[in-house]
Amino acid sequence: MITAEKISSTDKLVSDFEAVKKTLPGNSFVQSIRQKAIESFSALGIPARENEEYKYSNVQKLFSEAVTLSVVEMTLSKISIDKYLIPNLDAHIIVLINGFLSEELSLLKNLEKSVVVSSLQKAFEKHSEFIERHFSTCADINSDAFIALNTAYASDGVFINVPDNTVVEKPIHIINIIAAKESTFFFPRNLFVVGKSAQVQLVETFETHDLPVKAISTSVTEIAINENAKVQYYRLQNDCGNGQQINTVSASQQKNSHFDTNTVTLSGGWVRNNLNIALNGENCESHLNGLFITSDTQHVDNHTLVDHRKPHCESNQTYKGILDGKSTGIFNGKIFVQRDAQKTNAYQSSKNILLSDDATINAKPQLEIYADDVKCSHGSSTGKIDEDALFYLRARGLGIESARKLLLHAFVNDVMQTIRINALRDYLETLIHKKLGE
Amino acid sequence: MLTIKNLRAGIEGKEIIKGFNLEVKAGEVHAIMGPNGSGKSTLSNVLAGREDYIVSGGEVSFNGKNLLDMSPEVRAREGLFLAFQYPIEIPGVSNINFLKTAINEIRAYKGIGPMEAKDFLKLIKEKQALVELQGSLAGRSVNEGFSGGEKKRNEIFQMAVLEPTLAILDETDSGLDIDALRIVANGVNKLRSENRSFIVITHYQRLLDYIVPDFVHVLYDGVIVKSGGKELALELEEKGYDWIKKEVVEA
Ligand SMILES: Nc1ncnc2c1ncn2[C@@H]1O[C@H](COP(=O)(O)OP(=O)(O)OP(=O)(O)O)[C@@H](O)[C@H]1O
Ligand SMILES: [Mg+2]
Repeated sequence: MITAEKISSTDKLVSDFEAVKKTLPGNSFVQSIRQKAIESFSALGIPARENEEYKYSNVQKLFSEAVTLSVVEMTLSKISIDKYLIPNLDAHIIVLINGFLSEELSLLKNLEKSVVVSSLQKAFEKHSEFIERHFSTCADINSDAFIALNTAYASDGVFINVPDNTVVEKPIHIINIIAAKESTFFFPRNLFVVGKSAQVQLVETFETHDLPVKAISTSVTEIAINENAKVQYYRLQNDCGNGQQINTVSASQQKNSHFDTNTVTLSGGWVRNNLNIALNGENCESHLNGLFITSDTQHVDNHTLVDHRKPHCESNQTYKGILDGKSTGIFNGKIFVQRDAQKTNAYQSSKNILLSDDATINAKPQLEIYADDVKCSHGSSTGKIDEDALFYLRARGLGIESARKLLLHAFVNDVMQTIRINALRDYLETLIHKKLGE
Repeated sequence: MLTIKNLRAGIEGKEIIKGFNLEVKAGEVHAIMGPNGSGKSTLSNVLAGREDYIVSGGEVSFNGKNLLDMSPEVRAREGLFLAFQYPIEIPGVSNINFLKTAINEIRAYKGIGPMEAKDFLKLIKEKQALVELQGSLAGRSVNEGFSGGEKKRNEIFQMAVLEPTLAILDETDSGLDIDALRIVANGVNKLRSENRSFIVITHYQRLLDYIVPDFVHVLYDGVIVKSGGKELALELEEKGYDWIKKEVVEA
């Protein structure tokens, strides 16, 4: 069954919530959070252009067209997920269709027994102790309208709990498939809890299946990373066609933990990625890497926020963009170093190559430092492909196209090397090669 | 092999090569000397096909074909090689990887299939030994973090791998220490053959002790003002360029 409503504005989304809230999953604890979230959304509203955070991403326009609200699972008759699998990647597979976990399509092979993987709906019932401890703790409903909106409407997604001292041997591959026959609006919500000294590798891919219309997905993923835990989280936004996404990932790190994340965007009409990391313990390390290769009228907006709240932590960000056609790229990287966070090392770099005169990039670092004994640096550069290097390679016999490809591959190489799952890196190499060959 | 007739070329509206003539036959070594700024590197770049330079007149034929009509890569595939005066660094592109692509694209141009991996490795090893280039350098990104001398040696290494029919060495000797100079010169000498020609651009007659040229030319203000045998280089070493400049002015 589909609950369908035409929506177009903040008010409409708020009033629709009243209508659907009883059908939304979760106990009274969850319901009370939803209520607070919708109030926050009502106060914040869909960000206007004047809003600094959404200056270059016109979300008002995105929401101006009427779409259908989807908060109830849509069944997709047996589709084959083969084409969404990553070749040679031996992984546990979780499939989300429009943000709803499909048990039928998911496949967990010899997953460590203590590890819990379930739909969020089920977790609301069965794992309420984790939900009450972690749900809506990493992603602050008062900080962003879309976190608030998603928290209010969150209908399903995946819940993963890796208990203390557990190492998940194989990567967990979450395949997000968006499929809709009419313009639709989705609210996927994920929660990953990684216990003390636990380790896990997560790969998330974003795909579309037969999407003749526009679909807007506002997803939120919360990751609670406990002491000493090590988490690698790779996101690949590949074949997104008409999919328009506002994704938020909010991670909270406890002491001595490591969090490595890669966000790669190759296709997708309109993508906004918010990545928020709070360093809540000492001696944490976070590596945020990103890569976007855009063409046509693609719009890719990466906003990062690293909040250093405790001493002796290190954060490292490298984002690279290659923009062609009339595409637009945005990188906005915020680093906060709070008063307590002495001996912080924070580094940020954003480098971009424009392949066409009509492509644009807006790169903006924002450092706010309240501690005095810190090392912070940031750098940003935008340019064209290096003509001298191109000539050098051509003078050795390389054709202009292969010389260009070689240089562009070299440009993204350092980000690629941070991907530590070989099969994923190989797969990406192939996709990038294809994309650059267009 | 190479015939340049009345070549005129410049950059940014400024003419630098002003009616240049040269004939290089197969197997010959020509040295070009001349004061700073006389146009030696400009000539090299024009011959290699750098698009920033505009050719405003003259003809260049290379093995019977019109060189000026060819893209840089086609010139290379036809057998032209330029060892750059200032080799650039290309981070992220490995020497070996790009040479492999270069060799295979040159082969494809000639209608030959790609080189077998093991043959390629053998070739690399052999040529590395020829110019005594450390194995680790060959595996690194093109010139990245190389010393000045290492960069020059890497140029000669690439030349040895690509086996061109005409190699232009633009001040390959500058910045080389005495041992490296000897090694590079030996490398060049080993590649000398009756169907391979060299244009050696240098400021120092010392290099010409090692690579003995058939002809020495003096380039001044975009034209060859004097040509001779290897003795001319000795004379220049002794007397400098002033007497030649004077001759030009008087003529
Ligand atoms: N991109 C450029 N724009 C303007 N002038 C240039 C450019 N490149 C070269 N020139 C000028 O052309 C002239 C010849 O330069 P070129 O580099 O060919 O000299 P050269 O003979 O190789 O000198 P050297 O012995 O110092 O290497 C110089 O006056 C130089 O300033
Ligand atoms: Mg020069």
